[in-house]
Amino acid sequence: MNLREQTKMQSPAEFDSDSKGPLASIQLLSGEPRRKLDARFRGLCVTIAAVSVLVLIGLLGSILLQGVPSLSLTLLTGGPEPDPSEAGIRPAIFGTLWVCSLCALFTLPIGVATAILLEEYQPRNRYGRFIYSVIQLNISNLAGVPSVVYGLLGLTAFVSMFGLFGSRTSQGGGLEIGVRYYDQFFSEGMRSILVPVSDPSQPVNKLVNGMQGFDSRGNQVAINVIPIGTPLPTGDELRYTLYEDGEAGRITKKAWYHFSLPLGRGVLTGALTLMLVILPVIIISSQEALRAVPSSLRDGALGLGSTPWQVVWHVTLPSAMPGILTGAILAMSRAIGETAPILIIAGIVYISRAPQNLMDDFTVMPLQIFNWISRPQEEFHAIAAAGIILLLAILLSFNALAVLIRQKLHKPLS
Amino acid sequence: MAVSLPIDRSLRRNRILFALVVGALLIAGCAERDDGFGGFDGAGGANMELQGKIDIDGSSTVFPITEAAASRFRKLFPNVNINVGVSGTGGGFKRFTRGETDISDASRPIDANEFSAAVKAGVRAIELPIAYDGLTIAVHPKNDWVDHLTIDEIRKIYASGDEKSPAPKLWSEVRAGFPERSIEPFAPGTDSGTFDYFREVTVGSKSSLRSDMSTSEDDNVLVTGVAGSPGSIGFFGAAYYEENKSKIRAIPIVNPETGKAVLPSADTIQSGEYSPMSRPVFIYINAKSVARPEVKLFVNYFLTNAAEIATAVGYQPIPASLYQHGLANFVGRKAGTHYLTPEGEKRSGPLVEVFQEQNLRETP
Repeated sequence: MNLREQTKMQSPAEFDSDSKGPLASIQLLSGEPRRKLDARFRGLCVTIAAVSVLVLIGLLGSILLQGVPSLSLTLLTGGPEPDPSEAGIRPAIFGTLWVCSLCALFTLPIGVATAILLEEYQPRNRYGRFIYSVIQLNISNLAGVPSVVYGLLGLTAFVSMFGLFGSRTSQGGGLEIGVRYYDQFFSEGMRSILVPVSDPSQPVNKLVNGMQGFDSRGNQVAINVIPIGTPLPTGDELRYTLYEDGEAGRITKKAWYHFSLPLGRGVLTGALTLMLVILPVIIISSQEALRAVPSSLRDGALGLGSTPWQVVWHVTLPSAMPGILTGAILAMSRAIGETAPILIIAGIVYISRAPQNLMDDFTVMPLQIFNWISRPQEEFHAIAAAGIILLLAILLSFNALAVLIRQKLHKPLS
Repeated sequence: MAVSLPIDRSLRRNRILFALVVGALLIAGCAERDDGFGGFDGAGGANMELQGKIDIDGSSTVFPITEAAASRFRKLFPNVNINVGVSGTGGGFKRFTRGETDISDASRPIDANEFSAAVKAGVRAIELPIAYDGLTIAVHPKNDWVDHLTIDEIRKIYASGDEKSPAPKLWSEVRAGFPERSIEPFAPGTDSGTFDYFREVTVGSKSSLRSDMSTSEDDNVLVTGVAGSPGSIGFFGAAYYEENKSKIRAIPIVNPETGKAVLPSADTIQSGEYSPMSRPVFIYINAKSVARPEVKLFVNYFLTNAAEIATAVGYQPIPASLYQHGLANFVGRKAGTHYLTPEGEKRSGPLVEVFQEQNLRETP
């Protein structure tokens, strides 16, 4: 109300004194139509805001109605199953937590550092300015690239690493640490006998009578090989007996620190690909936040003899932190819901366990939900809705964490 | 160091907090470890001994069958990890022919390019049909004029047409006696095996379907679309019709051989009467992976229970003799395809005729 009266009183004077000023476009009407127009405009804004809020309420309401009855412990603890009443989303929850935490861990430092470089360390010469403008243009463009394109980029840059480190099959390959190889024989007594493999490039061990291996309790055992046609022994001996045509299969046991090149289709690749998707968003919002820090603060610090690094670390960055975190919230909300790039680099929707290391296969919640929604059975649509509620809950808790940090950091500047 | 705002300290404190939270998440993920040596008996007589990992990728049409097989197998062998992806038939073959996956789900047979890629990479593929999927052509329940359709009429509705005979806009252009209502065709996404198969049996693989259809990767959207307007028509897998019988009506299709109009049902799909709109779906096994006990046991379990598993998830089993032939090929590790002639030409026809010993083009 106050503002409107001010405008009314000031605009004629402004118009008279300086016809090129920002208020020049305001048409001088007599009081009534002007106020009506204003009321109409306000009405329009309220309507538009109300419509979007109503759509949101409608969406959330229908999801809650459909999903709340299906929220159950099974959903939280189970894996994907063909029977909707047994199906759960646990591997996907862990997949999402892994991928998004790693993604935040990579993206925030890189994004904020890039923004600091572009905003706080201005180029000193023509060439520097040219390079900066090229980077700036590219970042703005990349922010608008569809995420599926980043999925394809992730496929060549991370999954196969341009073929630089050899190829990787389901059984491993390339350069790797934290992995042990075994040849697994499965005896006629349904026991697994593991023969350690020192050189994985060698072909799988052939079955030899008396071959040494380890049983599931770690005891060393000798394999008993019998010709085809002979009757099977009974008792304990059966556990380590195989017919002579028995074959071994190579299996791997991976430690928690397992790492390999090329990166393959694991959690780390997912996080790096999502990093590409949200990096431009983080950089741009961090730049805005840094720009919003009054330059008087920087000048003051410089005047006291601080180096540029001290200015950034002690003055600019702390003041810009709330703004940076707001940008990070928006970017992470996008990352957590991304389906397309993950579908391209992993595309797994039936997976029986949560990721165990950075290279492990994974799926994410949006992918699992998408798969359930496209099933013909009504029951799957219901658990998909319940999955959406869980996804929203995780998203909100991620955001709550960032808001909490932002509130703590937010101190008045004066 | 004169510049030190109070913000600085709280930033440091919160950094520790953040690190703790992230660390807790990672530890929670690691907490579940099953890479130790398991015991012999788990719950319900499950075998905890067998270990290993099976990678499967491919068609989303075949996915429900493979998922059901994997889920049941894991109840017997909980320490075998199975991953099933849905990259599509073509995407699955791309990974399979590079040796990245052990099993590829396919809603159409391997094609000549994929076959030669596999041969080149030294991947020997064992071809195993596992079920029939009956493509259902459905209309709105209020549509009372279509009692049956011939393949010619379906072609007329879905073919792209040319300048002389454009694709029909009205039902009356399809058959004399149909009302002058506009046709609204719906179809699955162009990347799907379902779309490929439908195109092949209606207009042939060299022609294209009309471009003014409503398409969707999600078959539920097609069902909703067909159920939303009396002039609409659409096609999708039989499982989607079964779940939505009250909203849409399936149309009997005239079998070109017998001239009889046939409705899709378990009986007509299995007997082959519902032809040519029923198609076989396949799994392809990398012969090299079969040496691994976990893969061997899984495929064995899959094939011996395929009829029951397929029925449980809304597909129709193929004749028992074909499962036997598949099992024999699997045990004998006979790699190759029945769908390509020695000259590299595509072989087509009903599964019972194609999937025969003499048609196997073995991988060298």
